Parts: sequence; C-alpha cells; structure tokens
Amino acid sequence: MAFTRQDVDYIAKLARITLSDDEQKNFTRQLDSILEYVNKLNELDTDSVEPTAHILPVQNVFREDEVKPCADSKLAVEQSPELRDGLFIVPPVIE
Amino acid sequence: MDIFNQTACQLIKMLQSKEITSRQLVESVIDRIGAVDSKINAFVYVDNTAALEKADEIDARRANGEPLGALAGIPVALKDNLLYCRRPVTCASNILKGYYSSYNATVVEKLIGADAVIIGVANMDEFAMGSSCETSCYGPSRNPWNQDCITGGSSGGSAAAVAADETILALGSDTGGSIRQPSALCGVVGMKPTYGRVSRYGLVAFASSLDQIGPITKSVADNALLLQVISGYDHRDSTSINEDVPDYSASLGESIKGLKIGIPKEYFLYGMDSDIETATKKAIETFQQLGAQPVEISLPYTEYAIATYYIIATAEASANLARFDGVRYGNRAKDADNLIDMYCKTKSQGFGAEVKRRILLGTYVLSSGYYDAYYKKAQKVRTLIRDDFSKAFQKVDCIVAPTSPTSAFKIGEKIDDPLTMYLSDIFTISLNLAGLPGISIPCGFSKDSLPIGLQIIGKPFDESTILRAAYAFEQNTVFHTQKPNLV
Repeated sequence: MAFTRQDVDYIAKLARITLSDDEQKNFTRQLDSILEYVNKLNELDTDSVEPTAHILPVQNVFREDEVKPCADSKLAVEQSPELRDGLFIVPPVIE
Repeated sequence: MDIFNQTACQLIKMLQSKEITSRQLVESVIDRIGAVDSKINAFVYVDNTAALEKADEIDARRANGEPLGALAGIPVALKDNLLYCRRPVTCASNILKGYYSSYNATVVEKLIGADAVIIGVANMDEFAMGSSCETSCYGPSRNPWNQDCITGGSSGGSAAAVAADETILALGSDTGGSIRQPSALCGVVGMKPTYGRVSRYGLVAFASSLDQIGPITKSVADNALLLQVISGYDHRDSTSINEDVPDYSASLGESIKGLKIGIPKEYFLYGMDSDIETATKKAIETFQQLGAQPVEISLPYTEYAIATYYIIATAEASANLARFDGVRYGNRAKDADNLIDMYCKTKSQGFGAEVKRRILLGTYVLSSGYYDAYYKKAQKVRTLIRDDFSKAFQKVDCIVAPTSPTSAFKIGEKIDDPLTMYLSDIFTISLNLAGLPGISIPCGFSKDSLPIGLQIIGKPFDESTILRAAYAFEQNTVFHTQKPNLV
C-alpha cells in the first residue's frame, strides 16, 4: 500500500479534521485506491503542456472603487456561534 | 387534468388568459408536495405561507393590469446551496444546520425580479459532493420512478421535485454532472450552462473553477425560459462573462437540417449499460431522420477526465471548505481545549464522510511535495481535455452522448465504494473541465422502466444550438410525456 495511515494522519492534521479510528482505517484504504487510480495521469507526457487553472480568457478583473450598498453587517455576523459586541469570540490563541 | 403536472410555458398561458390564478397553481403544487414528498424526500424546506403570499401579490398585480415578470406566479425550487436572504440554507450538511442566508444569490435576485414564487429548498448531496443524493444529512431523495433507487446527484432533490411534479421549475448546480446526471436519472431536462454564463455569486462554493448554476425543468422550452432569466453578466462574480445573452426561446423551433452532430467514439468504450447504448444509438438515428448529420469524432483524453477532475475538484474544495471553522457561521463543537482543537472538532462533527474524504484528498494533492505531481499535472491534463473539445468543435456544431453510463441504481449500492461512484460521472465531468454547456433530455427507458438521458454538448456560450437540437428531439419523441406513477 502506497498511501499509509501516517499519510492520513498528516493530511488530517493539515486539514484540521479529527478522525476516529474507523475513519482513519477507511480513508487510508479508500484514498489509497483513489490515488492509485489518479496515478493514471502519469501515463501522459505533459512536459510541454501549459496548465489550465480555469477556462476563461480573463486574468485580473478590475472595477472602479465606488461606494455602494453592501450586505447588512449585522445580518452577516449575527449567526456566529459566539458573538460579543459584534466581534467573534474564539478560544484563547496565545496561552 | 391537474395543474401541478403542466409545464411552465403552459401555465404562463393559463395564468395570462386567467384560466387559473397563481394562488390555484401554488396551492396545487403545495398539495402535491404534501401528497408525495414523504415518499420522495425532495424538499428540505418548504415555505407555504410565503409562497401563497407571493401568489396573492402576483394575482392582485395581474388583476390591476400591472406589468409582470417572465416567471410571474410560477413555483421554483432552489437547491440547498443557493442563498436566499433570511431563509435556511444548509448544503445538506450538519455543519450549517440552523443557518440562514444573509444575502441573496444573484440567481435568486433574478428569480424575484421575474416574479417567480420560490416554493422551497431541495435536497442535495452534502456540499454537492456525490452522485446519488445519499450523502445528504437529511437522508437520500428517492427516485420518483422507483423509490428504492437513487435520484442521482448532487442536485437530486431538484431533479426529483421536478419529475414528481412537486415544483414547476428548479435550480441546481453542476460541478461534475450534478444537474445533468440526476436530470437523466429522473427523466427531466437539466442544463449546465457555459462556465461564466450564470453568476455564481451566492452559490456556496464547492470547486470554483467548475461550478455552474443551471435550470432543471419538465421541458426544453421551460429550460430555455429559466436559463434566460438567470443568465447574464454580474460584476459580483469576477468569472461571470460579459457576453450577450441571446433570446433562447426564439431559436427553439428552427430546423436542425444539416446540423453536424459529433459522436465521440471513446464514449462507447467504457462499459455503459446495453439499454443506455441502445437508447443513445436510437437517438442518433432520430437526429438523422430530422436532417442532422452525425459525424464520428475523437476525444482521446476522455479516459483521463475522472482522475483529472477528482484532483482539481477536491483541491479547490479543500480550500473552499476551510471557511467552515466554527467562527463566523455554522455550528461549533463544544468542549474544545484551544483554537486548533475547536477547528478540528468542529469539522469532525460537522462534515459527513464524503466531504471529509474529499477535503483530505484535496489537502493531499496540494500539500508540499505532491503539488506538482498531482495538482499541476491535473491542470495540464485539463488543457489536453479542453483541446480535445476545441478540435472536435472545428468539425461539428454539437456533440451527442449518453448522460450517465447507467440508469438509476439502488440506494446503498455504491455508497461504500467512492471510486465506483466517481466513475458514474464519466460522461459529464469533461464538460466542467472544459467549461462547456451541456443539456440532458429524456431519450428512453431501461428494461426496469427507469429513465435514460441523452446529453447534448455545445460550444462555449452556444446554449442556443443545444437547446434547438434538444427541442427538435423532444418534439419528435414521446419520452418526455411519460410520468412516474406516484399515487
């Protein structure tokens, strides 16, 4: 098996997801078979091919910096799981 | 004749001639939902009061002779990933249960501007990740033609609601086939427009370079009508393109004589069901009888599309879904020791298995040491897949292919085997990678009496041609007149 439980642990940590034992086991097996499948792309020589990030012929899209009405800020923040005086409350970041 | 089983185009005439009122129409649809949705589970939220109020408002305005929008009084269902201000939106995920939108998606604004009646919110695979509507936190929607079978996905609720006459029109979103495949499996008409045709503003992002909103309807004419309403440039979506929007309904009746229809030979190599193959070949014959000219074409990189897609889509998803961290919206895990622990527990409790699997895969292909081998490689193969279509479209006006290699499979059949599930997107996924428009229309039934869909693929921003071809096919066949027997 090319893709190991250590790999799953490592990417779960990067993705900030805690996995149960069962999930670790299943995801290791499933991701291993998916990665084996996608390795198919290595059959292709793509050295001289440009990558496509998206299909549109647009790069940067600029507009005038004008003051316009926008979303209601109260409505935008009021559904935070923990809010105080319009600010988001989170557990301590620095001990 | 029931009101609820008519098309939008028929109902608009009936409303205009005052044969029916909007209230009668909305009541008919609400009653239908009440009668059949316990079997189908197409809706996650229905707002009867708001829908009836809107219907009364339209009726009053019509009585006063006021001008009305293109969809005046017509019920429309939204997929559960489209924002409608102060209404629930959850992407069928526990992480967003209880959440309501803080603004309107552009397509919702356009529906409101067209005087449509937004009837409710349709079920979907969690965060649009799935091909069967089984990853929803509300449980799967069930196929109106056989309730032991899946609806397809991810816009399974939208397609099932249209097929079961629980709404007149619906919107879905399509990242790898999520409009076309459930439309095929439920026997309705569904279109993924060209990337950039419809604003994605207010669509909860799954894979931003692939996502596109589109119409799911009972007929091709209805599809053209709804596409007309939602299309157009929007400065709030920087990937929305400022191209003229033609009159989609105007060209529907035009002849398809001489239309060159590409038949991709590779698509017949991948083990589709024999029923699907037979129906597709019959459909090609029908086109020929209508004067179209089939031309064999080659799309040699087809076999790499799924691998390419599952790298690019999961990479983009892993970035897009990082925002669900329990700080600004959605649900937060309790009893966290510190900030990182809070993130980890929130995502662990909030997301289902398929979403976690895709976030992990996406994180992996973007991680240091693997980025070039997976993500960049996939972006390069995406170029090859796109070039395949560009070359083909030098020879043909549109391409005809099956929408799905199978008809609806049984609920539970593939859910534990993600790779097999992913392979069911073989015919739809390339269009998202290439940004092309595609429409699925009914073209037959399997030996188990389940609907089969035909996909017509167009050049960029040439939705008119595929609508015209679809309309010609529909008007000369009877598949769209069949209805599931639900009572």
